[in-house]
Amino acid sequence: MQMIKAMPWSARIGLLGVFIFLFSAVFADVLAPYGEREIVGDVWEPSSAKYLMGTDNLGRDLLSRMMYGAQTTIFISAAASVLSFSLGIFLSFLAAVMRGWTDQVLSRLNDLMMAIPTLIFALVVLAALPQELWILVLVMALIDSTRVFRLGRAVAVDIVVMDYVEAARLRGEGRMWIIFREILPNALSPLLAEFGLRFAFAVLFLSSLSFLGLGIQPPEADWGGMVKDNKDGIIFGVPAALIPGGAIAALAISVNLIVDWLLNRTSSLKGGRGDV
Amino acid sequence: MSNANTSPPAGPGPAGGFFSSNPLLALILQRILLGFVLLLAISALLFMGIEFLPGDFAQSYLGQSATPEAVANIRKELGLNAPVHERYLSWLGGVLQGDFGTSWANKASVSEQIGKRLGNTLFLAFWAAVVSVPLAIGLGMIAVHYRNRFIDRLINVVSLGAISLPEFFTGYLLILFFAVNWGVAVFPSTVFADMAFTDRLAAIVLPCATLVLVVLAHMMRMTRAAILNIMSSAYIETAELKGLDAFRIIAKHAAPNAIAPIINVVALNLAYLVVGVVVVEVIFVYPGMGQYLVDAVTIRDMPVVQACGLVFAAVYIILNMIADVLGILANPRLRHPK
Amino acid sequence: MSDKLLNVKNLRIEATVYPPGETPKDIVIVHGVSFTLEKGKVLGLIGESGAGKSTIGLASMAYGRGGCRITGGTAHFNGEDILASSKSRVRGLRGSKICYVAQSAAAAFNPAHRLGDQIVEATVLHGVSSRAEAMERADHLFDILGLPNPKEFGQRYPHQVSGGQLQRAMTAMALCSQPDLIVFDEPTTALDVTTQIDVLAAIKHAIEETGTAALYITHDLAVVAQVSDDIMVLRHGKTIEYGPVAQIIETPQEEYTRELVSVRSNIKSEAEDQSKPLLTIENIDAAYGNSLQVLFDVSFHLPKGQTLAVVGESGSGKSTTARVITGLLPQRSGRVTFDGRDLAPKLADRPREDLRDLQMIYQMADVAMNPRHTVRDIIGRPLSFYFGLRGREKEKRVIELLDQIEMGESFIDRYPAELSGGQKQRVCIARSLAADPKLIICDEPTSALDPLVAEDILKLLMSLQKETQVSYLFITHDIATVRAIADSIAVMYQGRLVRFGPKSQVLSPPFDDYTDLLLKSVPEMELGWLEKALSDRKMEAAGN
Repeated sequence: MQMIKAMPWSARIGLLGVFIFLFSAVFADVLAPYGEREIVGDVWEPSSAKYLMGTDNLGRDLLSRMMYGAQTTIFISAAASVLSFSLGIFLSFLAAVMRGWTDQVLSRLNDLMMAIPTLIFALVVLAALPQELWILVLVMALIDSTRVFRLGRAVAVDIVVMDYVEAARLRGEGRMWIIFREILPNALSPLLAEFGLRFAFAVLFLSSLSFLGLGIQPPEADWGGMVKDNKDGIIFGVPAALIPGGAIAALAISVNLIVDWLLNRTSSLKGGRGDV
Repeated sequence: MSNANTSPPAGPGPAGGFFSSNPLLALILQRILLGFVLLLAISALLFMGIEFLPGDFAQSYLGQSATPEAVANIRKELGLNAPVHERYLSWLGGVLQGDFGTSWANKASVSEQIGKRLGNTLFLAFWAAVVSVPLAIGLGMIAVHYRNRFIDRLINVVSLGAISLPEFFTGYLLILFFAVNWGVAVFPSTVFADMAFTDRLAAIVLPCATLVLVVLAHMMRMTRAAILNIMSSAYIETAELKGLDAFRIIAKHAAPNAIAPIINVVALNLAYLVVGVVVVEVIFVYPGMGQYLVDAVTIRDMPVVQACGLVFAAVYIILNMIADVLGILANPRLRHPK
Repeated sequence: MSDKLLNVKNLRIEATVYPPGETPKDIVIVHGVSFTLEKGKVLGLIGESGAGKSTIGLASMAYGRGGCRITGGTAHFNGEDILASSKSRVRGLRGSKICYVAQSAAAAFNPAHRLGDQIVEATVLHGVSSRAEAMERADHLFDILGLPNPKEFGQRYPHQVSGGQLQRAMTAMALCSQPDLIVFDEPTTALDVTTQIDVLAAIKHAIEETGTAALYITHDLAVVAQVSDDIMVLRHGKTIEYGPVAQIIETPQEEYTRELVSVRSNIKSEAEDQSKPLLTIENIDAAYGNSLQVLFDVSFHLPKGQTLAVVGESGSGKSTTARVITGLLPQRSGRVTFDGRDLAPKLADRPREDLRDLQMIYQMADVAMNPRHTVRDIIGRPLSFYFGLRGREKEKRVIELLDQIEMGESFIDRYPAELSGGQKQRVCIARSLAADPKLIICDEPTSALDPLVAEDILKLLMSLQKETQVSYLFITHDIATVRAIADSIAVMYQGRLVRFGPKSQVLSPPFDDYTDLLLKSVPEMELGWLEKALSDRKMEAAGN
């Protein structure tokens, strides 16, 4: 509560947005008025009391599909972010602590991976691999972990040169102690902000892939796929495709508002000391 | 990637005397060489990666019902029987001569297609850059000038929103209003070979606007951060304590140091733009590289996927390389060695 | 009023601070400070960090750094209140009538422009003189300030010259417009002691030549005594004492000033028997990477229960020697013997017992403790790591150690950020004591502390030595500290040992050249010391 009070209004809006999306995703099964794949009306019916957001290109209730779509989109994005984070952080901290050839090999490999644009990388790999959910999550996580690695290493390298890490080394502490007890607690706030950013990015990225037909496969609902399903309606003036598109934007904006506040907070911590 | 400032300076190379007397040149050559090594590594990665992935392409090419003889025939036809490294070298040799092989799907020359479509994509990206770069730098400077005041905060919140908008949301929103409801723009954005220049421009207005919106916010925020970083340095305080006016401080003391980071920001975002083009082309049914790649990925037409992937990676790497080199050239410490 | 150049009355400065997780609040940094400065005179502002001295200096240019706001008082410069003047009027004064010399000239010069252009910029822009005249004056100033090859110097870029030269160039920049007042903000603090004396002499000479007045800000009373006419002692943003330099140095009125003035007392007399070595290093060569050799054939030894001071300037190799002893930088050749056994060169090859026996205290206590660990975690970790202590037993021992460093049990759950500078260093000492070591390497443990706090830390270290018979390898650049605590001394210069032996022997003649220069460069709390040191030097140079 204390923390929410200290938040600027923008961060509070972000928090509210994230909460609404999470709530509707978690309770989709209870809240959704119709089933995920249930055809309930005509194609592209406008919004009415019966169908709050109208119906989609096959006559399914858009609101229900939005809620189930929230489930898929948020769950897959979160899974990919958690995975990419764990991998990226661990490897980057290891590189920073070990230095020498471990660092060289990991960093150069990372440079190589980062030299390929993410979307192109994903498209090429997904073209060759079978279309399965776990592969999608893995590919997203792997690509994203390169960005986490870069930040994690930069943060960790700054911490590793601190005298308290040297003191732990001189004491004879093992690598895992140094990574998890000395570095991690001090890297947490920049990394927390980065996690938010990566999650927002994962939502956008997953949606883009689905939109291009390479992410989540129909008939399962997910926001990017729903844009693809309903895009042809635009020519007839049917805005159904804009609803999932808007939801993606709203979720990403909400997360970014919180991240922005987190980043400002950490930077004012750093900049707060001057010779006064 | 663009870490011109963090990487160690080049040691005395084989031609030690020459390089140690020209450390700047050595550094630039090192960057360019690194770019080519990266490109080579990526070409190998693209080729080998696809080779070693599970599944037989001849099989998936013909479908599950194909007879073993048919599969064997097609393998032979596609040249899949030769050892991997031989095929890589012959592929690479072809690529270097501008030959990307033939599409599995329609037996057409990949190079020919790319030749047509790359021009379209670069045309779109070029105009998006022409609009977004000056706009982003201008807005970034305005934000710095009014920092922490209302205008800065407004720009901050709006750009934060813009970063979060997926291309397809912006794109379809523009289509719905400008093309469908108001009828002031064209959709889909078809362009063809002997189209008049003005018609061509008219056709890309909406995709160009979408790209601009996508890349503008990023570039603006990074420009603002880069300039703020300079403005908080001690030599700006010195300039202020020398009684210089705001204009001179910015023009004479901040600008020369801000050039390198801003060039970096621009190049990074141009690289981003070239990739962002993929989704935008699909939205607007624009006949460029992105559309070509996505279509090929959907039907698993591997020669096309490899070729497009390589071309996109090459553009991306070259832009980053240019950013690095310009960054080095703009750095006074590197330009005037001890 | 008429001959007063600067008349500051009831200056009050506030700033907004942003404590993490709390709402921002305003604090007062300077509480109603007043002083006057006559034409051509020098006023020294002295105080520890946080005393507000830099803030006051900048306020006399009507400038507030990083969120500082001038909220009260007046500052009349040549009869005109610059705090009430318009922005453009203030801009016209800065760089022409009032100039500034920053602590870090390396950061304060713009890397993109030549030194000469930056030095004459304000002079030309304010219309004080033409560019050609300004350039001529700059060359003349380079000459006065003892810069090598004045004609060519202005063509260089800031990163192409040394720190001491940059500091002088900054002084030249301030003097170029022939201002009435210069604010010197710790101009020699970042320099080595043998460089400091030259820059100090150059500044003093230039002030005398040009007849400008100056505010000289520093934390070092001995330095300010050499250049000032008056001194103002500040603490926590308030004036403690203000008067002519002779009065402050010779007959200080306030207790705080007296403590500052009192020369560091000899805390420890030299041990008689220095024959039983605990640590011996023999013929150590060490290098970073494959090429950059930083230690050349260094040998010395440290007797049990005694203190060896390793003295040298930055780049002398004193900290590198410590890194070799701790195993962080394995030596290329040579031998380290500890308590009768050889120490493995690499840290990873040393048994835990060796690690325990050899502890370390750092210069910056801030970064020597993990900011996310409490005092309990920090002191407790060696106890569980080396001795397997847990629960009640561990807590009991932590409290014992806290008592030993004269801090109470109440500190046990605090984070480092909630401790003062001196307390932080004490906790670091407790952490090293927790390992029950035979040797503690102290890497400049007092040089980041304010003088009075530093004195207390030294006293604590010495009393702990008496209690536990622990030995100290004490790395420092401060001769006064060495005099106070050492039994034996090793003087290092450019990676080589130049002098080693018992304290009395090392500090008495005949000296080698470097030790002689070093000892003569250390400012003494004595009026006219600078002139004497310089004339000594000249005589020697003439003698050679």
